Amino acid sequence: MRLKSSAIVMALYLLFLMIPIYWLLNMSLKTNTEITSTFTLFPNDLTFSNFVVILTDPSWYMGYVNSIIYVVMNTVISIAVALPAAYAFSRYSFMGDKHLFFWLLTNRMSPPAVFALPFFQLYSSVGLFDTHIAVALAHCLFNVPLAVWILEGFMRGVPKEIDETAYIDGYSFPRFFVKIFMPLIASGIGVAAFFCFMFSWVELLLSRTLTSVNAKPIAATMTRTVSASGMDWGVLAAAGVLTIIPGALVIWFVRNYIAKGFALGRV
Amino acid sequence: MDKTQNNKAWFLVLPVLVIVAFSAVIPLMTVVNYSVNDTFGNNEFFWAGLDWFDEMIHSERLHGALGRQVMFSAIILAIEIPLGIYVALNMPKKGIWASFCLVLMALPLLIPFNVVGTIWQIFGRVDIGLLGHTLAALGIDYNYTNDPLDAWLTIIAMDVWHWTSLVALLCYAGLQSIPQAYYQAAKIDQASRWAVFRYIELPKMKGVLLIAVLLRFMDSFMIYTEPFVVTGGGPGNSTTFLSIDLVKMAVGQFDLGPAAAFSIMYFLVILLVSWVFYTVMTNLDREESR
Repeated sequence: MRLKSSAIVMALYLLFLMIPIYWLLNMSLKTNTEITSTFTLFPNDLTFSNFVVILTDPSWYMGYVNSIIYVVMNTVISIAVALPAAYAFSRYSFMGDKHLFFWLLTNRMSPPAVFALPFFQLYSSVGLFDTHIAVALAHCLFNVPLAVWILEGFMRGVPKEIDETAYIDGYSFPRFFVKIFMPLIASGIGVAAFFCFMFSWVELLLSRTLTSVNAKPIAATMTRTVSASGMDWGVLAAAGVLTIIPGALVIWFVRNYIAKGFALGRV
Repeated sequence: MDKTQNNKAWFLVLPVLVIVAFSAVIPLMTVVNYSVNDTFGNNEFFWAGLDWFDEMIHSERLHGALGRQVMFSAIILAIEIPLGIYVALNMPKKGIWASFCLVLMALPLLIPFNVVGTIWQIFGRVDIGLLGHTLAALGIDYNYTNDPLDAWLTIIAMDVWHWTSLVALLCYAGLQSIPQAYYQAAKIDQASRWAVFRYIELPKMKGVLLIAVLLRFMDSFMIYTEPFVVTGGGPGNSTTFLSIDLVKMAVGQFDLGPAAAFSIMYFLVILLVSWVFYTVMTNLDREESR
């Protein structure tokens, strides 16, 4: 009997999560006239023209390309700098380590709105405005501390004896790190990369402030649909559906690690 | 684990320091600089001392935004934390259904913030949205662009939709770490369902719950994009939260001085709260490892 009631609870909750997404998908498959003139639960006149608009117009699909470029850059940079730092935090105690760790964490907690304007001026003055690397660096503000935090948790679980044995066997530090240590925490790197990807992908305020044309993310492009001839609801919905897809793919690949990553309680 | 004392470890931390210094310290210094200066454009600055801080502390506008912000954070925490725990308790423990639920639940977390806003903006509209249309058909007068209460309800529903899964997934992970033996022992003692929850599950979830509260508090306190897309801070100022007000002031009206003073106070509040949480968390860690 208990099993049954919990299944009902889950079904209701998942239904609550899925209905708004379903509605978006539903709208993306309708024509604009059907959206505004009638109210239907299913598209009467199934059309893929909204998706065609997005996939054939460079100003639309370049938004996806831009987003993916800076998200990947950010993930790579974050993980690359966070790995040695997390190793240092998990293995050594050094002057000011606790303060440093807390200071890093506060950056995860700082509101992007505070940083929007200074970022704009900083990146403009060094000539990085409207480039992918600018957004990638700006997102490091919250992703690097996050990656350090997650990786440190995983590294603490690796016994120190492994390091010592490797040094006795004549491994140099870089070789030991890449050949032995990184494979041991591969799942940790996966989890950290997942969260870096996620937070960089969903962030809009900074990426919109730092770009105008060449590196404009898809999320900012979506504001375009409010045009002279009223809202282009169908295309807007289609663009929304397409932004969900990369996230869904990433979740599918890391689904077995998600629970483990959360279990460390470090998000 | 006991750690080796080694100050050379600083070299390993250096890359992180450089990057975070570039993207955090320099901008923050710019903000501090603005907050104590006045400008009439042309990059000419005049020393203004603490005038801006004084002005912002007594500003009605800031008080209003802060009040709404605190209320919003309190409401969504009061809904999301218990609901998240409840959902986590009801999740399937393993097998294909567990993966299925995990993937569907994580989905809202990976939707860009403004798309979340767009989804709910459409969903709540009376003319084309399922929610708005249904409510209107039931004879309920619902319009989130005119009525402050409806706007609040819409934004709260949106946030619950968006973030409850995070709380649930964290609690689920906490529950997974409880050994089966604990439940068997409880069964032998004929413990009630409530007793199992209160004395076995809740203590084991303490760590992750603290993190869930911290994350939800922080992120709701910084919320910008979603309410901005749905209501634009309106009707009137009824859903203008701190970040929305700040961006309006800094980018919209270009009042750099007051906006910078505002930013610094905003930042200090967050710093204070995260310090409290961090201290509690590290103490918990130490107790557990003992």
